[in-house]
Amino acid sequence: MRIGVVTFPGSLDDRDAARAIEHAGGTAVSLWHGSDNLKEVEAVVLPGGFSYGDYLRCGAIARFAPIMSSIIIAAEHGFPVLGICNGFQVLCEAHLLPGALTRNQGLHFLCRDQRLRIENNSTMWTNGFSLNQEVVIPLKNGEGSFQCDDETLKTLESGGQVIARYLGEDPNGSRDLIAGISNARGNVVGLMPHPEHAIDTLTGPSNDGLTFFTSVLHQLVGRA
Amino acid sequence: MAKIVVEVMLKPEILDPQGQAVGSALPRLGFTFATSVRQGKRFEIEMVGDPSESQMADIQKAAETLLSNPVIETYVVKVEK
Repeated sequence: MRIGVVTFPGSLDDRDAARAIEHAGGTAVSLWHGSDNLKEVEAVVLPGGFSYGDYLRCGAIARFAPIMSSIIIAAEHGFPVLGICNGFQVLCEAHLLPGALTRNQGLHFLCRDQRLRIENNSTMWTNGFSLNQEVVIPLKNGEGSFQCDDETLKTLESGGQVIARYLGEDPNGSRDLIAGISNARGNVVGLMPHPEHAIDTLTGPSNDGLTFFTSVLHQLVGRA
Repeated sequence: MAKIVVEVMLKPEILDPQGQAVGSALPRLGFTFATSVRQGKRFEIEMVGDPSESQMADIQKAAETLLSNPVIETYVVKVEK
């Protein structure tokens, strides 16, 4: 199963995302921001980093990259897309996910192992978790505070679109402690913490993150 | 030559920790007049001649799609001569 990883100028975690895909049993395919060619991949990961230096707003310029026009069309037809950290910001800017990510409440860049609860295990990227499973995945960002209006929040909560929530102290001021959301269809998922940094206990705090990647592979195999 | 000014502000209901940090720094410097501070962005865009009606429409579109994120921000477009 071929899963693409997009590299924007300023992406940092594209290699770790590719490693996670391979570790989960998939084939990682490098995709370039400047091309609209999805190279026949069956899912895409938008990795973490600082695309275009986070100028203007995080993800605001990356959202208009040629590869994004292909991804937006595909995602609207059910193609699986996972945005991690900066990738989550890009998905919000592209309006594939509601809301936006703003500066952490404490203004500091945070980097720590974060406890999360997986609250929706029916999306393409979370079906391998058990419901309400607690996981530990690194969180590292400066603009991770999830914000949206009250109506959007209500829709997200009532529709089960909150896929992961922070446990313990609120790290960044996100509404309702939201760490990750999905679209209504469950094919597009955005997550602030970095599952690609938690795929084995040699290099991460746990192997909990690997399940995001095995989930989508399982989903794709089941569909084939 | 006209100058287009686009001012972008976070919507009132969106948390603005940068503005809050500035707001709490003011009294530390002895400036006690402020009851709250919100921080925004200002874009100055220069163009040759005065903008036509269709150019103004384009500027509005650019402000809405790129310069601001309507999910969390509002914008105002002004033309300075």
